[in-house]
Amino acid sequence: MSELSVNHLLGIKYLTKEDIQLIFETADHFKEVINRPIKKVPSLRDITIANIFFENSTRTKLSFELAQKRLSADVISFSAAQSSVKKGETLIDTVNNILSMKVDMVVMRHANPGAAYFLSQNVKASIINAGDGAHEHPTQALLDSFSIREKLGEVAGKKVVIVGDILHSRVALSNIFALQMQGAEVKVCGPKTLIPKHIESLGVKVESNLRKALEWCDAANMLRVQNERMDVNYFPSTREYAQQYGLDKTLLDSINKEIVIMHPGPINRGVEITSDVADSQQSVILDQVENGVAIRMAVIYLLASKIK
Amino acid sequence: MSQKILLTSKEVTIILHRLACQLIEKHLDFSDTVLIGLQPRGIYLANRIKSILEKEYQVQNIQLGFLDITFFRDDFRRGETLEANKTKIDFIVEDKKVVFIDDVLFTGRSINAALTAIQSFGRPSEVELLTLIDRRFSRHLPIQPDYRGRQVDTINNEKVKVCWQENEGEDAVYIITK
Repeated sequence: MSELSVNHLLGIKYLTKEDIQLIFETADHFKEVINRPIKKVPSLRDITIANIFFENSTRTKLSFELAQKRLSADVISFSAAQSSVKKGETLIDTVNNILSMKVDMVVMRHANPGAAYFLSQNVKASIINAGDGAHEHPTQALLDSFSIREKLGEVAGKKVVIVGDILHSRVALSNIFALQMQGAEVKVCGPKTLIPKHIESLGVKVESNLRKALEWCDAANMLRVQNERMDVNYFPSTREYAQQYGLDKTLLDSINKEIVIMHPGPINRGVEITSDVADSQQSVILDQVENGVAIRMAVIYLLASKIK
Repeated sequence: MSQKILLTSKEVTIILHRLACQLIEKHLDFSDTVLIGLQPRGIYLANRIKSILEKEYQVQNIQLGFLDITFFRDDFRRGETLEANKTKIDFIVEDKKVVFIDDVLFTGRSINAALTAIQSFGRPSEVELLTLIDRRFSRHLPIQPDYRGRQVDTINNEKVKVCWQENEGEDAVYIITK
């Protein structure tokens, strides 16, 4: 028998190494399913899932919706901008109203850290965290590790550098937890103003020079500068950021070894990464998107199997 | 728990040859036919049948695939969740004659799932079932084999275990009473 040890996916920190293994093995099978002529399996035809996004998203929202539909679940999507939240309805009320329509699972993205955890304690449904503020984004970290495993064979023993706005990034934190749990070594690289002060307490080293970081690593995860979370100026200009911490083809070619280039999207072409790098052989950016659907199918399937 | 032998290695070999001949009688050169082994345990039988067809009877270019039906099962969330196995169908199924190959036919629910699952790959012109062991009077659905190795009468607390040289070190079929 193979089951997850959790009833919700709130963050990587609540998972075990065996959970991650199980999710990857299940995602391998779903990756084959989404390459068939008919890309559907009937497993979740008696399950209804609500996607509640209080923050903007293209990739994550579409990816979750597609995953759910491929599993034959009924899907309802709700975005805060067009809802009664504007009229002052509380989070619990919003969700309970939706649950009264017999919804079994909720996928939520919210601006406040801990929102998904709060929900899991207060409503009767299986909760998946699609991003809570600058805290965690577990499915992103899972698909990132899955992509590394696909390209390099395994994650254990590999060296991964996360580059950019670490301070505001839930992708960075979830990735740090996931990579370390699987035995990878993690470094972060970025302007000092965007590296959290005590990050080394997570067992992560800081490298301030991008070239050195790239020469060290097997895979580089380039993060987007999170302008929408910046209340002050963390660096003088985008151009200076790009010069010091942006990845272009010249730098990549001068590194003399093949590293895997990743980016969770959306890409600011010319800032974190140039077009010729994003579209190069070493980039797995589009594979990450395909893997995202397979990983989300696996997570939803495994959590649904625990709903009796 | 007790175990009694149903088929010895010699009997299994004879049956496999007979099944292979029956397939050739119906499908001739297999140009319009594909074999699909059902995961997890039908794949050993499918590999053996293919091997006999190729080596003993010189049938060329047999297309063999493996189909996992875990996500098409009708008992999801009603019991243990099983781990899936690999599906590998590298050819077109559209308009072909499909022969499902499984080791034991019991309730028929796996075959029902397989009939739905194969439609994800195309519309076969016809579907047949080859099974080594047919547990008589145990069906939950109206499903019967087209090619059967041995028919047995068993009761609910009995399990039929098919052992293969590659896996368990011998070709044999046992009935195990729990």
